[in-house]
Amino acid sequence: MFTYYLELALRSFKRNKALTALMVLAIALGIGASMTTLTVLHVLSGDPLPGKSQTLFVPQLDPQNMENYRAGGEPPDQVTWIDGMNLLRSKRADHQVLMTAGTVAVQPSQSNLDPFYVDARYTTADFFGMFDVPLLFGHGWSAIDDDNKARVAVITRSLNDKLFGGKDSTGQMLQLGDSGLRIVGVLDRWRPNPHFYDLATGSYAESEDVFVPLTTARDLKLGRNGSMDCWGGHTEDHLETAPCTWLQLWVQLDSSDKAATYKQYLKHYSQEQMTLGRFVRPSNVRLRDLMGWLDYQSVVPSDVQLQTWLAFGFLLVCLVNTVGLMLAKFMRRAGELGVRRALGASKRSLFAQLLVESAVIGLGGGIGGLVLAFFGLWEVRQRPSSYATLAHLDMSMLLTTFLLALGASIVAGLLPAWRACQITPALQLKSN
Amino acid sequence: MEIRPIVSSLRRHKITAWLLIIEMALTCAIVCNAVFLISQRLDRMNIVSGVVEHELVEIKVADVGLHPDAKARVEADLAALRRIAGVTQVGVASQLPLGNSSSNNGIMLDPKQKMATINATMYQGQNLLQALGTQLVAGRNLGDGDYRDFDSVMKAAADGDPNDARMPKVVVLTQTMADRLWPGQSALGKQIYLGPVPITVVGVVAHLVRPNNFSLGSEYSMALPVRLTGEGDSSYVIRTAPSERQRALKVALAALKKLDPKRVVLQKRTWDEIRESYFQNDHAMAGLLVAVCVALLVVTALGIVGLASFWVAQRRRQIGVRRALGATRADILHYFQTENFLLATIGIAIGMVLAFGINLFLMKHYELPRLPVAYFPVGAVALWVIGQLAVLGPALRAAAVPPVVATRSV
Repeated sequence: MFTYYLELALRSFKRNKALTALMVLAIALGIGASMTTLTVLHVLSGDPLPGKSQTLFVPQLDPQNMENYRAGGEPPDQVTWIDGMNLLRSKRADHQVLMTAGTVAVQPSQSNLDPFYVDARYTTADFFGMFDVPLLFGHGWSAIDDDNKARVAVITRSLNDKLFGGKDSTGQMLQLGDSGLRIVGVLDRWRPNPHFYDLATGSYAESEDVFVPLTTARDLKLGRNGSMDCWGGHTEDHLETAPCTWLQLWVQLDSSDKAATYKQYLKHYSQEQMTLGRFVRPSNVRLRDLMGWLDYQSVVPSDVQLQTWLAFGFLLVCLVNTVGLMLAKFMRRAGELGVRRALGASKRSLFAQLLVESAVIGLGGGIGGLVLAFFGLWEVRQRPSSYATLAHLDMSMLLTTFLLALGASIVAGLLPAWRACQITPALQLKSN
Repeated sequence: MEIRPIVSSLRRHKITAWLLIIEMALTCAIVCNAVFLISQRLDRMNIVSGVVEHELVEIKVADVGLHPDAKARVEADLAALRRIAGVTQVGVASQLPLGNSSSNNGIMLDPKQKMATINATMYQGQNLLQALGTQLVAGRNLGDGDYRDFDSVMKAAADGDPNDARMPKVVVLTQTMADRLWPGQSALGKQIYLGPVPITVVGVVAHLVRPNNFSLGSEYSMALPVRLTGEGDSSYVIRTAPSERQRALKVALAALKKLDPKRVVLQKRTWDEIRESYFQNDHAMAGLLVAVCVALLVVTALGIVGLASFWVAQRRRQIGVRRALGATRADILHYFQTENFLLATIGIAIGMVLAFGINLFLMKHYELPRLPVAYFPVGAVALWVIGQLAVLGPALRAAAVPPVVATRSV
């Protein structure tokens, strides 16, 4: 039966080529636009560490003075050196990491390469384990290295390729400005999206090229950057005591009980600091998990969300358009349908026939939409935004496209098919 | 033109008529909002910078390793850049207008104030305003005697005495900022407080846009006399004739490299490129919105063509009868045109309400302003025009139906 309906559908398309093409094109345009924007949205709002993200948390404290104080406000996104170090050393979480961003001048040992600047991350030892960072060669460093301000570094695969031709470089020296650091590890390809652990350096930035222990970086006065908020005078050399928040603190808490306990601990810590006179604002702590943090920071650009709304508005117009055209088409064939009814076809089989016809149009629109979506994503990749290179269609989005196209056109076919089935066979035969 | 027969005929095609109305309403609503969004982006992109846009070149160099003689090196660099033929001004900048990286400060009018009055951005660097070519409207520019070294300013700030002589004492700010802080009064001689530090206004410039964070007030900018000593994020700003920029850039780079071959060039560009890169997302978004508007109108037009053709085909005999009874071709043509006008008008009316609703949604979630009434006619006119254009073809075909059709049985 299905193949017969299919044949009827194809025959009907041949009769009205322009109209059929118009319907397929309208669906294809709508689907193409929606899929392009939906894919970008999907890529940008993804989980950077699936399976692990629910155990990673950002503790927030409010160490600021009473200037600009507003009750109920959010505490700063980052922590001061003193608080960061206190929470790090208390080891109340399963793992904890304290870090900041920087830029370092790499001086290649080969004479044919000019010195160049790369982004760096100054962090404590747990970074690699907590964030499931894959290592190609060697390993990260230990907490003892942190304490000793050890002259060690971990570099990325791309920097290793550039400096050492891709060979295992562990044990070699990396010259950063005036100081030499021993390479202990080489990262494999790693680009968590979003760049969750430090959004201030670019929500979709690539991972840094050089990783150095935080204490070592401070000792060597390596260049620091990223966001910093201060409520008093400070100098770059004395950030350890300055009234500034400039470090990112992350903790790993493997169960929700531990998370609740840790939040209690943060409150106690905050009160303790108040009695010590360091904190003056009423205790105001937060403990958001990774996805909650991304949501709070509104990581997905509002332009991208706006584009998705726009594309779905467009799809809606295309669908209404298709419903109208399909209705016109089916009604025009009232005579033919009347004959089929008179010859014994039930309303149900007529309905099925017409739905098959609209589903075929949907399939055509889906294929067209997919081609347009590939083109649309290619176009997005040409844009200068930092997330541009991430815009690729994955398997789940491919499937969504087809379901969306098919679903949309069947929904669009329902009303016209139902209307066309209401035809009284006798009336149609007579009028002809 | 008699409307009654059109209405009664439309009543017999309720679903089709409503579908057409809904399509036009949706298109109208989306187009209204999209055009508004486009104009918002264009407004943003046309922002007045206050600097001599086409005459500026930025170069940012960084030293490899630590240099204790940073201050002397900056002086040597500046001297070398000044010697380049065609260069009229050279300055140092902590940040650049539309440069997308900024240092901002709460501004207070009274040191005991609890909340800062406004948040303003802070330009620092030798000879910066002269190099940027801002237009002074009152008072004087920052002079050599006003300048303090960055390092000593930071040390004084850390020491905590607000009246420390190492602190800058004067500031130049924009007219917008002056008007906001002292409405209706001259800003010259007035004091602002950066935290507890008092600073006197000595000059006012017409315009100077922020590097970013427009939502805090796009022209709340001030220039402090702070001498940058090379460490950290500072650039050289070179001013020269528009046609000389590329040559000056090349010569300047060579001169800087000659002073220290080991240094790394982090940035070299004209200010036009800075502006372009700042607005690249707005540019892309505006382009996308235009494309969507065009696509929407085309799809809607094609839909109207399709449905009108169907109606014409369905009513061939009816048209033939009318022609046989004396209706002229123009009558038939006008019939279909009026019909479309009627449907479009209903669609537009619903579309206006929808447009308002969409705007409310956008205002709530995306911090957009209210849709000005002026944008409603844009959608209306677009839909009327598109409707009339689309229906013209099928209507002409209808008008061409000969009266003899009425006599044929099929």
